[in-house]
Amino acid sequence: MVTSTSLVYLIALPLFGSAILLLAGRRSDKWGHLLATALSASSFGVGLYQLSQMLARPTEERAITQKLFSWINVGTFNVDAGLLLDQLSICFVLLITGVGTLIHIYSISYMSHDENRRRFFAFLNLFIAAMLLLVLGDSYLNLYVGWEGVGLASYLLIGFWNQKPAYATASKKAFVMNRVGDMGLSFAIMIAFATLGTVSFSGVQEASHTASKAALTGIGIMLLVAATGKSAQFPLQAWLGDAMAGPTPVSALIHAATMVTAGVYLIVRSNFIFDAAPTAQLLVVIVGAITLMFGALVGTAKDDIKKALAASTMSQIGYMVLGAGLGPAGYAFAIMHLLTHGFFKAGMFLGAGSVMHGMNDQVDMRRYGALRKFMPITFATFGLGYLAIIGVPPFAGFYSKDAIIETAFNAGGVKGILLGSTALLGAAITAFYMTRVMVLTFTSKERWEDDQHPHESPLLMWLPMAILAIGSVTTGFLFTRGHALVNWLAPVVGEHAEDEKVLLQPVVVSALALLAVVIGVAIAIRKYQLSDVEKVAPQNVSFFTRIARKDLMQDSFNEAVFMKPGQTLTALLVQGDEKVVDGAVRGVGTMALGAGSALRKTQTGFARSYAALILIGAIVLIAGIWVVTQ
Amino acid sequence: MNPFNYLYVAGLLFTIGAVGVVVRRNAIVVFMCVELMLNAANLTLVTFARINGNLDGQVVAFFTMVVAACEVVVGLAIIVTIYRSRRSASIDDASLLKR
Amino acid sequence: MNALTTMMALPLIGSLLIAIIPSEQVLRIKQATFITTLLVAISGVLTWIKFDSANTALQFVESAKWIPSFGINYAVGVDGLAIVLILMSVLLAPIVVLAGWNESEGGRWSPKVFYILILVLETMMIGVFAATDLFLFYVFFEAMLIPVYFLIGGFGSGERAAAAVKFLLYSLFGGLLMLASIIGLYVISGANGGHTFDITRLSELHTYMSSTTQNLLFLGFFIAFAIKAPVWPLHTWLPDAAAAATPGTSVLLLGVLDKVGTFGMIRFCLALFPDASKTFTPLILVLSVISIIYGAFLAIGARDIKRLIAYTSISHFGFITMGIFAMTSQGMSGATLYMFNHGFSTAALFLVAGWMISRRGSSTIADFGGLQRVTPIMAWSFFIAGMSSLALPGLSSFVSEFLVLVGTYTRYPVAAVIATFGIVLAALYILIPVQKALHGPTTPGNENLSDLNLREKIAIAPVVAIIVALGFYPSPLLNVINPASAHVLEVQGFTDPVPSESAGK
Repeated sequence: MVTSTSLVYLIALPLFGSAILLLAGRRSDKWGHLLATALSASSFGVGLYQLSQMLARPTEERAITQKLFSWINVGTFNVDAGLLLDQLSICFVLLITGVGTLIHIYSISYMSHDENRRRFFAFLNLFIAAMLLLVLGDSYLNLYVGWEGVGLASYLLIGFWNQKPAYATASKKAFVMNRVGDMGLSFAIMIAFATLGTVSFSGVQEASHTASKAALTGIGIMLLVAATGKSAQFPLQAWLGDAMAGPTPVSALIHAATMVTAGVYLIVRSNFIFDAAPTAQLLVVIVGAITLMFGALVGTAKDDIKKALAASTMSQIGYMVLGAGLGPAGYAFAIMHLLTHGFFKAGMFLGAGSVMHGMNDQVDMRRYGALRKFMPITFATFGLGYLAIIGVPPFAGFYSKDAIIETAFNAGGVKGILLGSTALLGAAITAFYMTRVMVLTFTSKERWEDDQHPHESPLLMWLPMAILAIGSVTTGFLFTRGHALVNWLAPVVGEHAEDEKVLLQPVVVSALALLAVVIGVAIAIRKYQLSDVEKVAPQNVSFFTRIARKDLMQDSFNEAVFMKPGQTLTALLVQGDEKVVDGAVRGVGTMALGAGSALRKTQTGFARSYAALILIGAIVLIAGIWVVTQ
Repeated sequence: MNPFNYLYVAGLLFTIGAVGVVVRRNAIVVFMCVELMLNAANLTLVTFARINGNLDGQVVAFFTMVVAACEVVVGLAIIVTIYRSRRSASIDDASLLKR
Repeated sequence: MNALTTMMALPLIGSLLIAIIPSEQVLRIKQATFITTLLVAISGVLTWIKFDSANTALQFVESAKWIPSFGINYAVGVDGLAIVLILMSVLLAPIVVLAGWNESEGGRWSPKVFYILILVLETMMIGVFAATDLFLFYVFFEAMLIPVYFLIGGFGSGERAAAAVKFLLYSLFGGLLMLASIIGLYVISGANGGHTFDITRLSELHTYMSSTTQNLLFLGFFIAFAIKAPVWPLHTWLPDAAAAATPGTSVLLLGVLDKVGTFGMIRFCLALFPDASKTFTPLILVLSVISIIYGAFLAIGARDIKRLIAYTSISHFGFITMGIFAMTSQGMSGATLYMFNHGFSTAALFLVAGWMISRRGSSTIADFGGLQRVTPIMAWSFFIAGMSSLALPGLSSFVSEFLVLVGTYTRYPVAAVIATFGIVLAALYILIPVQKALHGPTTPGNENLSDLNLREKIAIAPVVAIIVALGFYPSPLLNVINPASAHVLEVQGFTDPVPSESAGK
């Protein structure tokens, strides 16, 4: 494999920026945001350079590695700090640094009134570095470092305004739920080392040819647990909605475009494990299918524009996971949807930020309406993202989502029909809730207060939105032209033999998907555009709407099943430690004291009683001697 | 005369002394009873010296007398001091060490 | 002169010098102490550099007759495990002195006494890791209690006297059990080749013992070390002592003294009683796993910040004992590295918590709030220390914790799996105080707290630097630890489990 010496700069540049900004403190307030943006952009530049180098090499030599140093080396557990850039990771590198740089630019303006803007940029750079480490690490343990690194950055950024207790709680919740997922990754690495004796991607891939199905299934399931935590998949999805507490650029970068898709990366990266472990693979599609419906249903009921978009993100990642669970046929499509989603969802989140910017940080869509007139550019870019996500041809989402639906239908048998119909139904609901967002925000009657003066955002904010909108329009077409992305990724995820037994022809699937979209859009328009919308969410709604507003009871469930018993257990153990364990220790002390005070009673202080005792003692002694000697 | 009679006398003296120490409250009387017990022991020592035909017992008896004399000096001084400070020579009142 | 003896003599000389300085010249006393500890730290680093990691025999060996009639020698020497712990101890000492610059004032006695006690303690800390004569080890082991007792009881806060007595009696109880075992070993050595306390010779004795004898003697040592370490359920002295002691004393107590327990398990329990160690391994693993989970839950429930840190340490010591008794190279090296890393991450937590407490005048977590906005540098220092405690990858404790987990999993998967749940609990027990103390609105009474001053920044900087540097590049330590832990396992007759799936290849 080709080795390189320049891969490390991808990570080192933003890491350096983060360190400088954090260590220099307030001294760098004036130029910190510019440095961070420049470093992120230069990392993107290195990524482009690497891409051009990669394109210049023949297919089999495209993957390159760099060994930095020997990291952990104990017995047979040898892990190098090594980087691997192949066809899969370069996609992510460009997405992370590209979208990341755009969001840096956007944030310069968006955060300009925040006194801690420098710190915000330091965390953004830290995130970029950690995310790049995640996708560039050449072993599961290196990936783990990036994996928790992005979790840390996410925690710091969700809680950026942690003076509000609810936001601080949201960041903590995200970190803890992510840690549950990370535990899965720990288990996966432990099983891999105990059974295969290696934790590097190449080592595990090689060993997976001969390993038993049981070991690979164990690793696969644990990797899935890790993916559900990071990618907000069922059953570890509850943190994502609350994570919207962070500043909107963070939601766009971390909780839409990049970090939450790390689970998909992990599954696709571990394709050799899942291909050899059908049970784990089946679980992957089940998780994906459940989550895509879960997120879509929650999305229909949310009035907070960011939470609606977050639910949508969850649902779209459900599509990706579903795609990744379909084996070699689906990996490339999962990645394609991931990339297109990165563009349109980041664009829409930035649009939402732009709307909030113009509306005094109002997030309730029921207080929006008719913003099209006041924010034409935001409307246009958001609208293009909207067309992309619901899957209108020829926008990006059409290509990528259709491909996943089609692959799902062709998965074979009942499974294929079930998955395909779920994905199709999800597409209809997506169309419904996204149209709802669009209508409530931009087209319906205005419902805001008089003191609000909606206005278009400045250039630095709309320019990134515009670039992302262009991406939402074009990427799908570019990736599918001549199967460009599928062929590009084939060396990593394996060739997919064309199926003979196709259930539905692509044209039929596209037609069905379009029909689903039309139905969803029509219902939404009838409900929100053609009839009046109340400013305050009505309470006399169906049972379904009520629980969907509460995220399908996910928090109540977690609270009842984990939090409350955990708190009770903690209280019990604290009491037990105090009363039982320490009680036993103190009991020994009390016993000694008690014995002492009991014996003390014999000391009366009367000389005559002592004398009498001595006398009796002497007599007893003499009598004893006499008895013994007799 | 049978020297064992002296031992009986000594035993009697010791018993009287011991009972006196236990039952009497006046410090002077208790003190005298202690002396009685000491002298009973002296008498025993001298008697055994006589029985055994050597002087060891008599030597020890002299030592005892010297120590007893010193003890009388210290003991009487303590009793007088207690009497002066507490206006009482009852040893039951002098249970201060308990606290 | 022998490097180890020099290191042990330096603090003693320093304490004599301080004894000459009049009590009123507090600043000079502090400076003298700091310089002394700094010199010891430098000589410690030099010794570590000179240490030949490829050589598994004891190095820097020195021996002199002490009480010849009992075969007792002054004998010192270090292997890779001991040198790492000595390095940790001597590096922590100047940091503690600098960080707790003012904590000697307001005690029962003058600051002079405080610093003499600290220096005497430092000598004993080095001695206890360096001793290769069992009797010498025992003397250091017990004598260490005396300065700590006075440091807690004389300079602590709250119920310091009660905590000091509890600490002393608890430790003495363990020490007496160990003394009984030591006498037992001495008697057995007399019957098999002459009375001795030399641990190299004692480690050959186990072949002459019946399994009952070995088990009983093992228990004497193990209970003493389990109290020191502390292992559940012998842990209740630690939260009391840590809460009452000054932060600097707590660092030495948890960071160094408790390591004597885990170090002793490797050096004495395993080496002297290999068969008994195997017998008791299941029990010890169970206790370790309970410690991990139990300590974490109690930390979650703790309201006092110092008690919280003490409970997190109980959880961490569970990882260390689990790693030791997993008997794999990853577990053993990981546990040793964990001892080193735990020293620094606990030091960071305790020192920053100490500064927070001295500024606020309260150690209740609920009394803090919104510190990140009032005192950003102090808050971020606490945050980084907390991240190190929850073993965030990229920080040093991650390497050791993961090595312990991986090493345990290859031989005892169930224990490792349960222990892994500790990492979720760790997130909770760190993030809950972080949220309560650093985040949220600034609670009344905290508005005017001052941020770290230059001295405090200088004290915390090397700790953070070590935590970060070793997280990315642990090789300098692992290279020293690995041969030594491999040697321990070799003597024990253990080899790492072979990966199950590659066995057939």
